[in-house]
Amino acid sequence: MGTVISASSDVFHGGISCANSYYWDAGAAFLKNASRQDGESLFAFSYAIMRILSGSYDSALVLGVCKGSENPENDMLTHFFTDPFYQRQIGLNETIAAALQKREYMDRYGITEEQCAGVVVKNLGNALRNPYAHIKKKVEIDDVLASEVVMDPLRSMECAPKSEGIIAMLLAKEDLAKKLTDKPVWFKGYGSSIDKFYLGDRDLLDGQLKTAAMRAYDVAGITDPKKEIDVAEICEPYAFQELLWYEDLGFCERGEGGKFFDSGATKIDGKIPVNPSGGVIANNPYVSRGLYRLAEGFLQIRGQAGERQLDTKVTTALAHGTHGFAGQCHAVAIIGN
Amino acid sequence: MAEKQDFYILEDEVSIPYQNAYGPTWTRFFEGFKKEKIYGSRCLKCNRVLVPARSYCPRCFIEVEDVIEVSQEGAIVSWCLTEYEYFGMPTKPPFISALIRLDGTDAEFVHLVGGIDLSDPEYVRKTVKTGMKVKAVWKEEKTGHILDIKYFAPVK
Repeated sequence: MGTVISASSDVFHGGISCANSYYWDAGAAFLKNASRQDGESLFAFSYAIMRILSGSYDSALVLGVCKGSENPENDMLTHFFTDPFYQRQIGLNETIAAALQKREYMDRYGITEEQCAGVVVKNLGNALRNPYAHIKKKVEIDDVLASEVVMDPLRSMECAPKSEGIIAMLLAKEDLAKKLTDKPVWFKGYGSSIDKFYLGDRDLLDGQLKTAAMRAYDVAGITDPKKEIDVAEICEPYAFQELLWYEDLGFCERGEGGKFFDSGATKIDGKIPVNPSGGVIANNPYVSRGLYRLAEGFLQIRGQAGERQLDTKVTTALAHGTHGFAGQCHAVAIIGN
Repeated sequence: MAEKQDFYILEDEVSIPYQNAYGPTWTRFFEGFKKEKIYGSRCLKCNRVLVPARSYCPRCFIEVEDVIEVSQEGAIVSWCLTEYEYFGMPTKPPFISALIRLDGTDAEFVHLVGGIDLSDPEYVRKTVKTGMKVKAVWKEEKTGHILDIKYFAPVK
């Protein structure tokens, strides 16, 4: 291994600071020129990619670590994403921010509760075929709508759980990759963008995923994502966000996320399957969830996704990660063969 | 491999005291609170009035005009009723968080909505609406804290 880049978050890691000091040697990073990124693990992926593209390293190991079972409620931790003077004192956390975003989305574009609940039904349905999923149960729209309202208008089943998730991904430069495997999957593009910090400074329905996606498409040479992306694994810690992210990723027009979902295009046998793994609603290892999306895309391209393998040919996959309130920051990676 | 229930569990709780400096911009903002005033800042480039007051415009990345007083009335842009409590939560449920567009400003002020009966969620859903006019309600004793405004109450 040339270098190791890991992703973990101090606040999400049993009160250990620095979280990485604890798993460093087990992660093969001891005595290496290794580094860590705190937050969303797709950012760690881009860091590792850059180290290889710089020509300094032939290989890089990317790690994503999150042990949700040891943590308190996600929101007790996301509460500390706030500034100490203003947003923290009034009790803001990620779920409240998402609830404010959901109500705006419903008010401005007529997104329905049934469409939001439908995302849960689709993704948990897909998760039944994924051995790595945390939540495995068959649910109907009515089950979601009948689940407890936690932060109105969000119900408990529309919010992702807190899960375990350790992931390791090996990256190698072209000639080494060809020696290591007959079926390499190639890096095609990456883009990220971060919105303003204060929730009230932002348009919660016109965030930075659009910019991150455009940057990734530009690097990958993708001009029509609807046609060129064969599968998308995206981060939807709150079910309705999947609909909003469809719009930002260019799968449909602004405000059309609900209709696009209703068309069935994003089902596992649809034109552009989204989250055949079950997504974050089924498995939410907070920090490593973005890298999980990329690993799912990798498995789909290699035809190794087991029962959740798509029937159609997968040559290009999109992975998305998000961190912060109501999608403050986003990362998009494109891989293919 | 042992099953999870075979492992010992250490119950741990971390409490770390910090002293966070407000700095000049927040100090000025909360001086306003002591006088029952809400301060914002106007960006001289994009002309937007941002609230709370700040030292620079995050969009234009330039210094902004000195603090200006903004309206204490505005409209609800979005709201959330929290009925769920977790350890260490500073505000006790039920409470309503809201994005409030104060009149004459160009950003949402995030605060609480109150002054209505919160015990029945159905009643709250019928009563609180997007676009509803609200007004700041101040505490008697002000300490220069964001909760010197108890909440924003519906304008009768």
